Amino acid sequence: MSDIDKAIGMPRGLSTAGGPRLRLAGQGGVLLLAAILLLLPWLLRSGFQYHMAVMIGIHAVIAIGLNLLVGYAGQISLGHAGFMAIGAYGTAILSSRFGWPPLLGVVVSAAAAGLLAFAVGRPILRLKGYYLAMATLGLGMIIYLLISNEVWLTGGPDGLSLPMLSLFGQDVDSPKVWYGIVAVLLLVAYWMAGNLVNSPLGRALRSLEGPEALSAAAGVDVSASKVRIFTVSAVVTAFMGGIGALYAGFISPKSADFMQSIELVLMVILGGMGSIPGAVAGAAIVTLLPQVLTAVEHYEPLIYGLILILVMVLMPKGLVPTLAHRLRRSRS
Amino acid sequence: MTEFLQYLMTGLTVGSIYGLVALGFVIVYNSSNVINFAQGDLQMLGGMLAVAFLAAGLPLPVAIVLGVAGGGIAGLALYKWAIRPARQAGPLALVVITLGVALVLRGGAELLWGRGYFSLPEFSGHETLNLFGVTIVPQSLWVIGITAVVVVGLSRFFQSSKTGKAIIATSLDPDAATLMGIDTGRMKLLCFGLGGVLAAVAGVVIAPIAFTYSTVGLMLGLKGFVAAVLGGLGNFRGALAGGLVLGITETMMSGYGRSDYKDAVAFLLILVILIFMPRGLFGAAGGERV
Repeated sequence: MSDIDKAIGMPRGLSTAGGPRLRLAGQGGVLLLAAILLLLPWLLRSGFQYHMAVMIGIHAVIAIGLNLLVGYAGQISLGHAGFMAIGAYGTAILSSRFGWPPLLGVVVSAAAAGLLAFAVGRPILRLKGYYLAMATLGLGMIIYLLISNEVWLTGGPDGLSLPMLSLFGQDVDSPKVWYGIVAVLLLVAYWMAGNLVNSPLGRALRSLEGPEALSAAAGVDVSASKVRIFTVSAVVTAFMGGIGALYAGFISPKSADFMQSIELVLMVILGGMGSIPGAVAGAAIVTLLPQVLTAVEHYEPLIYGLILILVMVLMPKGLVPTLAHRLRRSRS
Repeated sequence: MTEFLQYLMTGLTVGSIYGLVALGFVIVYNSSNVINFAQGDLQMLGGMLAVAFLAAGLPLPVAIVLGVAGGGIAGLALYKWAIRPARQAGPLALVVITLGVALVLRGGAELLWGRGYFSLPEFSGHETLNLFGVTIVPQSLWVIGITAVVVVGLSRFFQSSKTGKAIIATSLDPDAATLMGIDTGRMKLLCFGLGGVLAAVAGVVIAPIAFTYSTVGLMLGLKGFVAAVLGGLGNFRGALAGGLVLGITETMMSGYGRSDYKDAVAFLLILVILIFMPRGLFGAAGGERV
């Protein structure tokens, strides 16, 4: 397609044909994921393996949320660890210092993160270009500074402990139960993301791949759509930050670190921008990477940096969409 | 009053450094529309290289020149091996790539030199001067002086040299510039190199006053970017002014307010600026490029 065709054609997302990226995001994808999640416990032998599965699940939900922002709104956030930390610290402070039920703490913290994202995103996403990246980087840093310095509230570098989550009067302390909880959350997130992508908001966002002026002419409120998706991804991230903190039972400022934000972006970029199964795959790979490659622990920035550059130069669509494309081509 | 002047002096010194990094952002952004997230890490690289060359037994001036050259070469390499191969990709990909380069520089520095804190000796001794009760470290004068020289030199270069004009033509309208026989790819390459040199100059002149370490680039890059946006991203004099404003605000904050939130000033400023004055402090109204 020449540039002129692109310029005069309908924005891609507004045409009725769904892109190939949607295949695994529909009902089939949810069923496949459900099957995998049901069968996985037969393969998991040790508590540690369950722990890794829970961590992958938590990261996968966040990556799905972040992917909506990166893959569909074409914006990158370098401060999502900050939202994670709002969820985690909000839950910890509300439940341990004020005696709130932990789950209520998670919900309220996630809502607070959403409000913050909305307040910051609304003016910034009106601007073109990559201001959101820098603004979120700044926001993440402020959150990190607050957490590290306001010792009276957050415990500073010593961190905070959280009470144990109890459901239906039962303490949740077995990794298997946590596996179940996170598996359900992942399925719900996967299903909802698929629906969102095919909703009017999703179609509006996908149209942004083309010229923004054209989307606007077709009736898309460009900046409002971006703000909505940014808010949604912040809420999801904070929610899972809270759940993750309850699972771990302890949080420290390290969870709000810049490298944590990079890790989340890496999951999305590596797995595949705009691909929901890609986000899950990216989360799995990035979470398992330090286990497979012990060097990652010492040379995290170097290795993550190299992966980011290589993916962008060699397969800019990311792992899952590129592989899916290869597979389809070899079949036909 | 003396206290205020003292803070002002420190602010001007730090602000000059932010201004230099901001100039690098602006030159790269104008020529290729890329916000180079590795700008701060190039500054770190310049400082670290100079420290390493000095430790290897080279005299200070040689180490300084090599450090600056190293920053320039890294800038060229960044364009040639990371930006150019992906030039078909959208701006999001370019952001991710420069972010990747920033991480590689940071990780590489950790690998080579560890996570310690390093500094260079002062360029001309450490006997402090006293002016109206204000104590001045000679290195501050070096920082401000070199920044002034660089700024004057750059504006001369862009105003009167053929290459400088070709770069401006490239940033105004790449297609028209190509038609006029300008090798725009070369000009972009040059701008990345120039951005690297500016960052490394900043890294080297500040190294005697502030420590340099592997993760310093993140903060510096962000502050340089804040300065560039303060000046209305794309504006040359604005970038320098933005740097000075940021440096002075920050120093006043740590002097009169809480020093543990010194770094938050830049981040708060960027949020405020982006929200209320997206065209920068001195920004003029203008159309969008479509």
